[in-house]
Amino acid sequence: MSGISEPARADVCVLACARAWHGDGAVLASPMGLIPTLGARLARATFAPDLLLTDGEAHLLDADGNVEGWLPYRQVFTMVAAGRRHVMMGAAQIDSRGNQNISCIGPWERPKAQLLGVRGAPGNTVNHATSYWVPRHSRRVFTGQVDMVCGVGTDRGAVDLRAVVTNLAVLDFGGPGAVMRLVSAHPGVEVAQVLRETGFDLVLPAEVPVTPLPSAAELEIIARLDPEGQRHREVP
Amino acid sequence: MRERSERETPRIPRLTPDEVVARLRDGMTIGIGGWGSRRKPMALVRAILRSPLRDLTIVSYAGPDVGLLAASGQARRIVTGFASLDSIALEPHFRNARQAGAVELTEIDEGMLHWGLLAAAHRLPFLPIRAGLGSDVMRVNPQLRTVRSPYADGEELVAMPALRLDAALVHMNRADAAGNGQYLGPDPYFDDLFCLAAEQAFMSCEQVVPALAGPPQSLLVNRAMVAGVCETPGGAHFTACAPDYGRDEEFQRRYAASAASPQAWQEFRERYLSGDEAAYHKAVAERAVGTSPASGERGAQ
Repeated sequence: MSGISEPARADVCVLACARAWHGDGAVLASPMGLIPTLGARLARATFAPDLLLTDGEAHLLDADGNVEGWLPYRQVFTMVAAGRRHVMMGAAQIDSRGNQNISCIGPWERPKAQLLGVRGAPGNTVNHATSYWVPRHSRRVFTGQVDMVCGVGTDRGAVDLRAVVTNLAVLDFGGPGAVMRLVSAHPGVEVAQVLRETGFDLVLPAEVPVTPLPSAAELEIIARLDPEGQRHREVP
Repeated sequence: MRERSERETPRIPRLTPDEVVARLRDGMTIGIGGWGSRRKPMALVRAILRSPLRDLTIVSYAGPDVGLLAASGQARRIVTGFASLDSIALEPHFRNARQAGAVELTEIDEGMLHWGLLAAAHRLPFLPIRAGLGSDVMRVNPQLRTVRSPYADGEELVAMPALRLDAALVHMNRADAAGNGQYLGPDPYFDDLFCLAAEQAFMSCEQVVPALAGPPQSLLVNRAMVAGVCETPGGAHFTACAPDYGRDEEFQRRYAASAASPQAWQEFRERYLSGDEAAYHKAVAERAVGTSPASGERGAQ
């Protein structure tokens, strides 16, 4: 699965996702997908103990898995509007300003591929912190222009875009004019590979750091949260 | 006609699914409760599929309700923020219809849908909301307008218009003869708002009971909100109806597979949707024979 000295890529991604919630306090963490979910749970188990997490239905669960609150969809929407949430969504397409598409590929009037729909992305991005998780960093996803703006970017009124975590790297919108910037490349990933898989110019730091590795304690927590290692199927 | 005593319990019409559908008309805007593949009034949707109803506008947090009505060609327009089967992320029949240009779409943020129902329920023309600003929801819905706060903040907001419904269809776990409805699962979704946003609302339920028990806050729908009750055991199948039954994942996979080709859909429709509700449950139960016992347990009975 991984070399002698190289940590499993999925574990690096889980920690990178977790760090997106660093310093958030008591907000609702809404991870979409397995690795972001492991990340949010790792964050709560370590440096972000105040995060609120649901069971995917209407219950808020505490760190021991006990019900500590009730959050049906209508109240999720209220938390969204109140700004007390940090979502990590997926993206079928995302551009250099963080405009995101999960609705459809091709012309909206008659799409080539109908996907999920805008869901809550427009409301999320104008109300509260938003991060993204992209399990396959490619030019198809990181594109010059998205076909349908669902989550809005920094040029369209996003209030708080945070991290973009992929299977290759961590990015943010700290470039001049709030454009996408490479924050770090995962261990074993060349910067050139990240650039090759990105369909627009990325802002680069003078020296690109390596994404932090999970500590032994963090690895133990990740393994406990995902004993069957499903994360390795999402990011081999 | 018998004089009604003051102490007599009020009753609302007890209808069959076909009788509910007989009260609907071509071209109506119909709201459907539940969420994705959860607590959908599927028996009522199946009854629509047996009917000649057409040109419907369906307002829904869309799951297989929308998929079926798109596949049957009876939905002319869908008003939603997404279509999903939950455990299968994308609704395959909805996808087919969109990709074929066979159905019109009003695509709005899921919070805007909530707000549109709330505005209609409150008899307001619109409610202001931030969701949608800056996004292509405004591009693909050129009818949407913004409004500026008349107060010192002067903020510009989307004026989400009321989503007024000609009819609403919801599914509860329990109901009584008076027309009060109870959900026993974790989430009420927006079923009360669908009922209040509608000219007339029809509530199916797993069971009509002599007296509703349990916490009063589970009594989501009251008799002022509904025009008819329909007892349909297994009426949410194959969607989840906690705690009465979970989603029938095996059957849902069959449903999803029926989107693979027009022929697969025809076979699915012939086998499961050509008869009445009893025939549907019989076909579902017979499908379980010969497969693993676990899949039979999850079926609706």
